[in-house]
Amino acid sequence: MPSTYTPIATTNGTGSSSSITFSSIPSTYTDLILIVNGATASSTGNPCLRFNGDTGTNYSRTNLGGSGSSAYTDRETSANRILLIGGVYFSNTLNTNLIVHIQNYSNTTTYKSTLCRANKATDAVDANVGMWRNTAAINSLTFFTASGFNISSDSTFTLYGIAAA
Amino acid sequence: MPLISTLSNASARGYGFTGGLAITNSYESIQTVTLGSTQTTISFTSIPSTFKHLQVRGIARGTFASTNLNLCMQVNSDTSNSYTYHQLNGDGSSASASGGSAQSFGFVGRIAQANATASAFGASVIDILDYSDTNKYSTIRALGGYDANGNGMMTLMSSAYIKTDAISSIQIFGNLGDLVAYSSFALYGIRG
Repeated sequence: MPSTYTPIATTNGTGSSSSITFSSIPSTYTDLILIVNGATASSTGNPCLRFNGDTGTNYSRTNLGGSGSSAYTDRETSANRILLIGGVYFSNTLNTNLIVHIQNYSNTTTYKSTLCRANKATDAVDANVGMWRNTAAINSLTFFTASGFNISSDSTFTLYGIAAA
Repeated sequence: MPLISTLSNASARGYGFTGGLAITNSYESIQTVTLGSTQTTISFTSIPSTFKHLQVRGIARGTFASTNLNLCMQVNSDTSNSYTYHQLNGDGSSASASGGSAQSFGFVGRIAQANATASAFGASVIDILDYSDTNKYSTIRALGGYDANGNGMMTLMSSAYIKTDAISSIQIFGNLGDLVAYSSFALYGIRG
């Protein structure tokens, strides 16, 4: 029986770069899942996502989170990236976990949707839906910190493909 | 040569005396439905009872004259008031929660409707735990939402089917209206 939930690529941060890119993503899966367990090498940064190298203001997101004292929600429109969090940050003090679902990434008809769960015990929990306003199939994705702080060398990034029947 | 060896991708390979390979996976694709035209319901039927849990993953957009509505689920074509739900929502302005019992369907996401930005779809990842266990009610958990660059909703939903029947079919539909072409859901089985 063919493999359904398949690791496509895995990489670590370098400590000297603020971004990670997965390129040449095969179009043969249905969904992608990006799993991140990471931190910055110094200071605090906001984890973000872009597709196909698109730096235009073609992204938006709606976030729901809880800080331990209150629930919150916020939104960004016409942004140049999907900000994956609302109150959960990348920092150099404790790792942040993110699981990003990128649904039906290779179809050429719909805008692309992302669903993200982010967790960091000292910050908050976030659930986030994002949109890339482009019908192109996704063939690369770039994870980066909005502030430009470098990603620590023990940060892990794994991209999985899920193939539907 | 070992009779069974494990692989790094969580699958296993077994060698039989015939020399053939048997590869098993714990996460298997069962069925996929992609609409070619507007339709009210996406259905998965004849679901085998041999898995431990089910996961449904997909995108959808509806035809109703609003920006967004809930995505709904029934099982076993059961339209009786046998479902309960709770949801936690964030629409970018306010976080809210609601729940209900004795409902005729459960909630499994939030999808864009006709008045939302064209080509914007909602997405859902839905887990149904212990779906074939006839000793307990079935729990349905959903991570879902849509964003249409100016309106949107992120939602965490939990529903229960208040019967101990094994689930053999699933029906997915919009709270109002129909689902448009390119709405697509895939059913996966997870082995325990």
